[in-house]
Formats: sequence, C-alpha cells, structure tokens
Amino acid sequence: MTDKKKLISRRSLFSSGAGLGALALTTKSLLAKEANKKNLPPNVPEWTEALGEGVDVNPYGMPSEFESHVVRRNVEWLTASTESSVNFTPLQDLEGIVTPNGLCFERHHGGTTIINPADYRLMINGLVDREMIFTLDDLKRFPQVNKFHFLECAANGGMEWRGAQLNGCQYTFGMVHNVQYTGVKLSDLLLETGLKNSAKWILAEGSDSSGMTRSIPIEKIKDDCIVAWAMNGEALRPEQGYPVRLVVPGWEGNMWVKWLRRLEFGDKPYMTREETSKYTDLLSDGNARMFTWVMDAKSVITSPCPEKPVIHKGFNQIRGLAWSGRGKIKRVDVSFDGGKNWNTAQLHPPILDKSLTRFTIPFEWSGEELLLQSRAIDETNYVQPTIQELQKIRGVNSIYHNNSIATWLVAKSGKVDNVRLG
Amino acid sequence: MLGLVKFLFLIMISLSISFSSHAENRKYNIGKIATKIEIAGWDIDVRPDGVGAPKGSGNAIDGEEIYVNRCASCHGDFGEGVDRWPALVGGDGTLASHDPEKTTGSYWPYASTIFDYVYRSMPFGEAQTLTHDETYKIVAYLLNMNEIIDEDFVLSEKNIGKIKMPNAGGFSLPDPRPDVTKYKDGQPCMKNCNVPVKIIGKARDIDVTPDDEKS
Repeated sequence: MTDKKKLISRRSLFSSGAGLGALALTTKSLLAKEANKKNLPPNVPEWTEALGEGVDVNPYGMPSEFESHVVRRNVEWLTASTESSVNFTPLQDLEGIVTPNGLCFERHHGGTTIINPADYRLMINGLVDREMIFTLDDLKRFPQVNKFHFLECAANGGMEWRGAQLNGCQYTFGMVHNVQYTGVKLSDLLLETGLKNSAKWILAEGSDSSGMTRSIPIEKIKDDCIVAWAMNGEALRPEQGYPVRLVVPGWEGNMWVKWLRRLEFGDKPYMTREETSKYTDLLSDGNARMFTWVMDAKSVITSPCPEKPVIHKGFNQIRGLAWSGRGKIKRVDVSFDGGKNWNTAQLHPPILDKSLTRFTIPFEWSGEELLLQSRAIDETNYVQPTIQELQKIRGVNSIYHNNSIATWLVAKSGKVDNVRLG
Repeated sequence: MLGLVKFLFLIMISLSISFSSHAENRKYNIGKIATKIEIAGWDIDVRPDGVGAPKGSGNAIDGEEIYVNRCASCHGDFGEGVDRWPALVGGDGTLASHDPEKTTGSYWPYASTIFDYVYRSMPFGEAQTLTHDETYKIVAYLLNMNEIIDEDFVLSEKNIGKIKMPNAGGFSLPDPRPDVTKYKDGQPCMKNCNVPVKIIGKARDIDVTPDDEKS
C-alpha cells in the first residue's frame, strides 16, 4: 500500500493539470535545475525504496515520461490543413544515426491512410511481360534486403532561402529521418514480371486519398529501389506507409511513395502534379528546374542549437549529423567563427551509403560569442555550399533543395539563435 | 446483355493469359497475373500526350456549377483560393518576380496533369468520386478561367493531350547539379577564409517560430 502510494505521488507530480508542452517544460526545468535533495547522496532515493511497475504494464514500451518533450512538431501557419501537411523530427534530442520510428517526420498529402494488410495489393502493369498483383505475404517470400537510408523532404530548410526564419534545429532541418528498411529490391520483383525493352520510366502510385504519384527513371529502379514493409525491425508505421512503401535511396522524399499500390512501366515520364506544379525548382528568371531528384550533401549541428543552449563553461561536445544522396560522407568540418576557420570533426561508424552519419567535435567554452557552422563533404568531393553560393545560381524562390550551411549564434549567455551571415 | 458478354469475354481473356504465362520465365513463381478488369479499375493516370485519358467530355459552361459545388469552398468562386488553400487562376507574369504565383494557368505545363490530379485526389477528402465527364467539365472551367480555352470548347480524351499551356516551355532538363562551387579535391578553405561574418538576420526577430520553442 505504501509502495503504491509512493508510485502514484511520484507520477502525479509530473502530470497534474499540465498540457504536453507545459509538462515538457516542467520536466526539463526539473531535470536541469530543481533536483530534489531528498534523492541525492547521501540520501536513499525514493525510487529505491519502492517497487517499480511489473512486466506487461506497457506491452509496447514507450519512452520515459521525462522525455515527453522529444516529439515531432509542426508549424501550423505553413499549411491549410493537417491532413496535407508536415511535421519535423526532433534531431536536437537524438543520438547516433537511427531515428526512432515514432519520431520520423510525417509528410502527408491526404492524411495517414489505414490499410488492413489482408486487403493490401501491389499491382505492376504497363510495359512488363506479365502484369501482376502481389499480396503482402507474396512480397515477403522474395529475397530480402536490409538497408539504412536517410529520407529527406526536398523542402527541408525551404523556409530559410531568404533569411533565418525559424528559430530551431527541428524546424529548419527536421524533415529528415534515417531508419533501416527491410524489403525486396524492385529489380527482384521485375524478375517475376519481366520488363519490355521499351520501358524507360515507372509511375509509382499510392493508395492514399492524394493518390500520390511520381515518375522514376528505369536506371534508378534497377539500381537500388526497394519495396519495403519494415523499418527499424518492425512493420512500417501507418504514417510511414503501412503496409508497404517505396524506398528511393538518396532521392527526394516525395518519391518514396507510401501506401504503395501500383507500379506502372511506360516509355515516357508521366508529369504528375508532384513533379510539375510541385517539387520543381523556380529560378530567379522565372524558369524552373524539373526532375531534381538527388538530395545533395548537407549537415547540421544538432547540439548546441536554438533548442539546446550551452549551459556549462569548459569542456563541451558539438554533435551533428551529415548525409549525402550521392554516397557516403567523407568528412565534416566545423567552424566556431562563422566559416573563417575550420576544424575537422570525428565521424562515428557506421558510415553508410546514403545514410545519416554522426559527427562530434569537442570544444572549450569560456563564455565568448560563437558562430557555429558545419560543412559536409561527400565521397564525390562535393562540398556543402553557403547560402550565398546557392542564391547566386538559384535565386530565393526555389523552395526545394536548400542544402546550405546554417549558422548558430551562441551568445555570451549560452543562448543559441539561428542567424544569417552576410 | 452486351455488358455481360463483354464481361465474360474479358474473363476468358484473362484466364487464357494466366494459363499461358503461368511460371513461364518467372524466377520465383510468386504472385498472380492481373486481369484486364483489375488493371482498368486502378490504372487512372493520364500522360501529357493524352495516353490514359478516359472517354468523356465537357465544357466550361457546364463546369461552372460543378466547380462551385465541389471546388469553390476551398479554391474560391474565381479560383482565387480561400485562406491558405491554393489559387488556381491568375499569376501570369509573376514567375520571375519576388512573389511568384504558381497556378494551373501560370505554372502548370500540361492540361493532362490537371485532369489526372483532379480525378485522382479531388475534391480534398472525396478522392475519386467525380465522374470522367465531371472531371473534363471542371478542367475545362479552370482552363477557361485562365483564358486558355473558350467557354464552349469541348474538352475530351481526344484533345486533352493537345492543349497548349502558357508555361509549357518554362521547365529545364536535365538536372544541372552539382551547380555550386566545386573543389576538385574536396579541399575547401580551412584557415583565414574570406567569408562574410556579419549577422544580417535573426530568426528570433522574425518571430514566426511556434511558441513552445521560444525562450
């Protein structure tokens, strides 16, 4: 009885009358500043005296209640409805290179579709020898692959073309996630359907209410595309395309069609809404680039950042992520003075093809102002550009493919701001 | 009766296909052959050259009423867009300006894409409930509001691939990237680099970041 009371009182401390945001702040501030001295040495903490919860209290385990601030967030004013909208991965709170499934950013054009796997069918039609239909069980009988890949929305950082606009790592870089996919290579499915020589393009189509469609050239299909049913060891999450999505490694996220229902082979691109009126890059002369599929090399310092101020003077760690749609990350440099001088960071294995790569670099902080930047270099020797280099060629109306170097200003107080240098 | 005969005929065709190609040249022998009827129900895409356009027709005069009933609550009576829902009309000559307006008239390169998109995903939340004729009528109405076709022009599967859109020539291929400064050896400047380090803008001052991230 006493044990139970203690459990309840401890839990109620963090949940009484507080909304999610307030709870997160309370938890954060308690963690950072307001330790309960009764739990500190030499005292025996209250949790040691009581039993914890038994097994099966949470048949599907969830993060600690103290991590409730680690959630996806959206920017309400960006879109007209939440069904055709986006939210952002909290990169500032993550470690390593794996994005937990529940934190992978969402981008829907017609809401999250719910499909009973018994009702799932994948149709392959058009310029193939045999037009076919596969069930989910059918797909799982094929030889499988397990690959880590990043998925980045082409509009990640799209609000920052004209200047520093959103004050957060999550909002400026969070339309990216990195998970291990399990699926069948699309080229293996083609061994079953056969492929006509005239087939040059594929139309990938979703069964959601947006009927998402994108054209993909046959070379990419044969190279490394995967029809995936699992992420990080479990079934795809509904918001990530359950039961089946397309994986198009290194290419813009919009092409990774979720709730995949059909693959049609043709001799020409289909020019769908998503590759003409959207996901085309408008230049300053009024012309637009089309079929800009590859996500170029990019990096971000995930801590410190606007959400993660520098609290301690002395020894600190800079942590960040780098990725490239053209291959592996070769090197990441970090600057403390706005790009005048650079130091090479440590890359943490595994360093995988078209995957997020973790980097760190230590620094001593004595309370001076810093202008933090990171710069990724990939195995093709492509160097992540400055925003000025991008603007010079593409103007400021492009929306998509902003892979420029960001700047975090660390103030003397330790507070961090997203700023633009010029 | 004719429909039943046609249906049985298609069943026979599909059976003969599935028998004749069973396991032939197939590596794993997994999955089933799709019938023509199954494919017809899902194969709804329409290409710029008109391939895939379903039989049907309609003009802008007939499209107005359907547009007002099914589209205008979000896109406005004149295609001007309500709140943050997209405008469908106007924007001519704005693409090279500071505030480009990308509408079906000013930006979309192919009329086929409007048909394909409206049929597969509109009205928002009521996807694939429009008939082919209704879709042709709505597309004709949009093209007419954008002054691309006359109000009595009958749009159909025969001519949707021939409509010339104002911005058809506004797109460039192939992708020219990497298009920024290249370093042959991947060795950019490391020390005393000549870069601007003056702070010219702060996201905090713009003040559009959602509240729970403000400090």
